[in-house]
Amino acid sequence: MLRWRFLGGALLSLFLWSIAPAAHADTTKFPALIGEAETSLKIASVTDLEQFRQMIDAFQRRYPRIAVTYEESTSDNLDSVSKDACEAEDYFADLVISSSLPRQVWFVNEGCAEPLGNLAATATPAWAQWRNEIVGLTYEPAVIVYNRAALGEAEVPRDRFALIDLLRQSDRFDGRIGTYDIERSGVGYFFAFEDSEQAGTWARLMESMGRNHVELFCCTSEILERVARGDLTFGYNVLGSYALDFQQRDRRIGIILPTDYTLVLTRAAFIPKTAGAKTAARLFVDFALSNEGRAILETESNFGTPAAGPAQLKELLSLNADTLRPIALNPTLLVPLDGEKRRSFVEIWRQSVAR
Amino acid sequence: MKFPNSSIALRLVIVLGVLLSLAAGAGVYAAYRYGRTAADEAFDRLLTGAALQIAERIGVADGHPIVDLPSSAFQLLSLAPNDRVFYRIIGPSGKTITGSNALPQPDKAAVSGPQIFETAYRGAPVRAVAVYRRLAEQSVFGDMTVIVAHTTEARADLARDIATKAMAAVAFATILIIAMAFWATRFALRPLGVIEDAIKSRDPLDLQPIEGPAPREVETLVYSINQFMTRLNRRVQDMHDFVADTAHQMRTPITAMRAQTEMAMDEDDPERLKSMLVRIRRRAIGVSRLMEQLLSRALVIHRSDTAPLVRLDLRRAALEAEREYLTSAQTVRGRILLELPESEVVVTADAFSLKEAIKNLLANSFTHGTPPVTLAVEMSGDFHALIKVSDCGAGLREEQVKTLGKRYARDDDKPESAGLGIAIVERVLSYTGGTLLKWRDDDGHLWLAMRLPLAEEAECCVGDF
Repeated sequence: MLRWRFLGGALLSLFLWSIAPAAHADTTKFPALIGEAETSLKIASVTDLEQFRQMIDAFQRRYPRIAVTYEESTSDNLDSVSKDACEAEDYFADLVISSSLPRQVWFVNEGCAEPLGNLAATATPAWAQWRNEIVGLTYEPAVIVYNRAALGEAEVPRDRFALIDLLRQSDRFDGRIGTYDIERSGVGYFFAFEDSEQAGTWARLMESMGRNHVELFCCTSEILERVARGDLTFGYNVLGSYALDFQQRDRRIGIILPTDYTLVLTRAAFIPKTAGAKTAARLFVDFALSNEGRAILETESNFGTPAAGPAQLKELLSLNADTLRPIALNPTLLVPLDGEKRRSFVEIWRQSVAR
Repeated sequence: MKFPNSSIALRLVIVLGVLLSLAAGAGVYAAYRYGRTAADEAFDRLLTGAALQIAERIGVADGHPIVDLPSSAFQLLSLAPNDRVFYRIIGPSGKTITGSNALPQPDKAAVSGPQIFETAYRGAPVRAVAVYRRLAEQSVFGDMTVIVAHTTEARADLARDIATKAMAAVAFATILIIAMAFWATRFALRPLGVIEDAIKSRDPLDLQPIEGPAPREVETLVYSINQFMTRLNRRVQDMHDFVADTAHQMRTPITAMRAQTEMAMDEDDPERLKSMLVRIRRRAIGVSRLMEQLLSRALVIHRSDTAPLVRLDLRRAALEAEREYLTSAQTVRGRILLELPESEVVVTADAFSLKEAIKNLLANSFTHGTPPVTLAVEMSGDFHALIKVSDCGAGLREEQVKTLGKRYARDDDKPESAGLGIAIVERVLSYTGGTLLKWRDDDGHLWLAMRLPLAEEAECCVGDF
């Protein structure tokens, strides 16, 4: 994060005429492995490059004549760029990979996406693809993280009911619970919205958090770091892939997949109609969905895949897979995007949380 | 259209195939239309349901209309798995509260119920519904419009699916019907095969009618075949008779003539030689007359099967027969008295055969009777005509009258008579529908007459003799 701010600032000061996306995007070029590039594939993504570098390297080993440009930006930025491009029918990238599902589904719904290759429909569960124009590549649960030192093994809440009970019992967790600020975090808003759709526990949970003076953060890493340090005891609705990644480096945090239900988000890919390197984009999606690509997602990173994700999580966290609630890619995701809906939802949320 | 004549079954299959193809085409078109309607009905309900769910969630807060979009409405729309979904909610003032401005409103003004219409969203054809919710608050008054639309992929899929299944069923039924028609035709035509086999397996000389039941449709055909066979059989019989008769009849007089000429060759006495020559001459006349009659009879028999019966005036027939008779028989001793009525006497007959019959009656009278011979035509009361012949002598003896008409009942006293004349007359009468009458008048003269039915009223008469 710091990196792009620094780079962005440098670019701004150096090239005053340069346009806005440069200020928000961190661009990395991967030249073709052999000779001159036949095609150049521009991927717009919200995923940390380090998490995705192996995939790009493996792809280039398979297709050494394709050059790749990886443009990493925030989901808010990518959302607005893609919205403008779709409405104006402008080029902005050859392939988009993002966890900002409502805007991606909106993009496809507007008819701005190009059909994908064959593997999107055949190698993916029905919920993780729509119209063969958008396909989910990863399988990332929304988890609760906790500081292992601050909580006895027996106290660890396994579901939201237990968490609510724990929060009500005493003032012990006052100021020690953190979650996304849904006004600043796209994924935070999305998880909160999906929570409210899933069960009646959401209102009670928000109310409990509000009473315990919940801390609000923009970004996953901030929550994880604070929980690890012990500033917070709980981090609610954290993106599981980052939490698992963090946990592998820092054993101070524990991860809970709530057994009442666990939301699962899939990082989805689509090819804009205005893309130049459509064939290369299709090759990349097919590669990510192929056995080789899936192996990278499943073993080299903590992203998982829609096909193998449930079994993997079950094994990893001794979880009953029936409680996993993957968020399906379909027009229902247009609802959280609705301006009116968002306004009223945020208002209710603010009333519950920010007291 | 031209069909190969080879097979009734094939013709039926071709005709049926064409008709069924037309019917199948119409069926498939109807199925597609039906599929389209059914799909529209089903998905219109989905669309309307979603729009109503959204309309339900319209409210007023702080003097402004608000909408709390329900996810369930979109889940409902997601039942059409690949269709894109659009919505737009318009406030009483006409301002879009939320949703897509690019989604057109229905052309016509608000009606009470949900309004289905077809339009386009950014170039894609969509089916849309507009529902209205009336707000009657102090601050907000008027109709809220909820427009929900989706693309038509699921509809097209469903319609195509229905049409494809209908097409498969129709194709299957068509093939089945054609196969069954082919089989049914063969089954129905099997009696023809039986008849064919019956004819094939016959002895070539067997000209008996075909026995056994025939289907009603081919009864006429079998009847015609049988008619033909009968005629053929008769012809064969006639030919057989002619050959046998001729051989038999000619042998005796020719043998006799040979004997007489041989005897004459040995005769030196001029007187006796002359009388022998006279006898030979009479015999020769008899032979030629016999020959003539045999041929005449054969001709009459032939015509009885082939010549058409035409309307003709009996008076004219009598007149011509008399003239021909006089021309051919130069040796007539005496003359013929003709008695003809004033008005025409029309009968239906073959002119040639009728004249032959009259000539034979005349010849008969001249051979056996005493001139002058009377030939008369008259009307007989009950719609019949008589043509009668008599002479002035005593006529035939009683025993001759009895054998009259029998073939070759020849009088040995009269070698020039062949004994065939009356047989020819009877043959002619039998197919003209007449009868032979014979009676003696008060003077003891024998009358022979042909009684013929009069032709029905029509203009007379066809052809010249």
